[in-house]
Amino acid sequence: MSLEKGGIIKHDISKSPKTGDWAYSKPQVDKDKCIGCETCVQYCPDACIEMVKHKKDIKKKADIDYDFCKGCGVCAQVCPVKAIVMKK
Amino acid sequence: MNKELTKKLSSGHATCQGCGIPAIVRTVLGATDEPVIVANATGCLEVTTTIYPYTAWKVPYVHSVFGNAAATAAGIDAAQKALMKSGKIKKKAKVVVFGGDGGTYDIGLQALSGALERGHDFLYVCYDNEGYMNTGGQRSGGTPYGANTETAPAGETSFGKSQQRKDLMEIVNAHHIKYLAQSNVAYVNDLKMKAKKALKTTGPSFLLVLQPCTQLWKFPTSEYVAVGKLATETNFWPLYEIEDGKYTINNIVKTPKPIEEFLKVQGRFKHLFTDKNKQVIVDIQNKVDENLSKLVKRAEKS
Repeated sequence: MSLEKGGIIKHDISKSPKTGDWAYSKPQVDKDKCIGCETCVQYCPDACIEMVKHKKDIKKKADIDYDFCKGCGVCAQVCPVKAIVMKK
Repeated sequence: MNKELTKKLSSGHATCQGCGIPAIVRTVLGATDEPVIVANATGCLEVTTTIYPYTAWKVPYVHSVFGNAAATAAGIDAAQKALMKSGKIKKKAKVVVFGGDGGTYDIGLQALSGALERGHDFLYVCYDNEGYMNTGGQRSGGTPYGANTETAPAGETSFGKSQQRKDLMEIVNAHHIKYLAQSNVAYVNDLKMKAKKALKTTGPSFLLVLQPCTQLWKFPTSEYVAVGKLATETNFWPLYEIEDGKYTINNIVKTPKPIEEFLKVQGRFKHLFTDKNKQVIVDIQNKVDENLSKLVKRAEKS
């Protein structure tokens, strides 16, 4: 591929490495335990966690994007109610 | 992918599993709604977010060489001033620099000093992982006393780095800038508050943020927040800010934990927990106490 004029490279998510391939374990959210505090969201190095409201729930719950999650386990460690568990 | 958090720095970057740098970048850039231009020194953040042909940056981003990130920011600031004067732009974008401790304490220090002294309008954020972690963990001016590094290895005759780390906050403070603060990635709310203040400052501002490195501080990938919290709870890394020369300590730890609590969770200090290196831990504890009492005195005086 050739470099654009002026050497500018534009962000294009389709060219990004799928860092989810790195994971040797994956975080599983227990939606019943999750209190929707968003602590994990701000510490996730890969910004993989979004708060999503499911039909039955009153509060938004953590939802993980496995395309980019590297499986580091930070979310499970910071969760105050231990609603996230790392599974192989 | 979290849409809100990835507005400026996307996912798909290649920082190590469990690295705290992206959280620093997202928190600092998330503290403003105004347009930003990012300049970056060579280091972990630069090599992992800009792997050709992909860039994780959604904001204008400039990387020049290792030592001149602050000079690059000065240039961007000067260019914006000129464009304002000629009427080509109506409003200036915020200029934010990210540099590691290698690019700030050591290699980029003179460029930083020059830009601070000239009074350019920019925010310099130093993410301090206490060594040249991107190249395998060589010692830097920010590496603490007693740490085992690639170029100050612990062994039979050495206990690791035998010098104290530089007091970068005081070096920057000596430039009499309006706002500088020491923060920690484990305390994101503190960091957010400080980033907001720094970005509101006209003229130069500076943030020194501790960033525990899972690879070369040697702890499990899930622990960066826990290790960061221990650094502050032991008073190894107090959180404070200096506004117009006035010191404020943000977290007064009433009963600090002994420094061993912070050291024992890291592989780089493993060698200190032997009979022959007992004294080194005492020295580290004494230095922590001394630094804190100096800081408290400065806070009381101002």
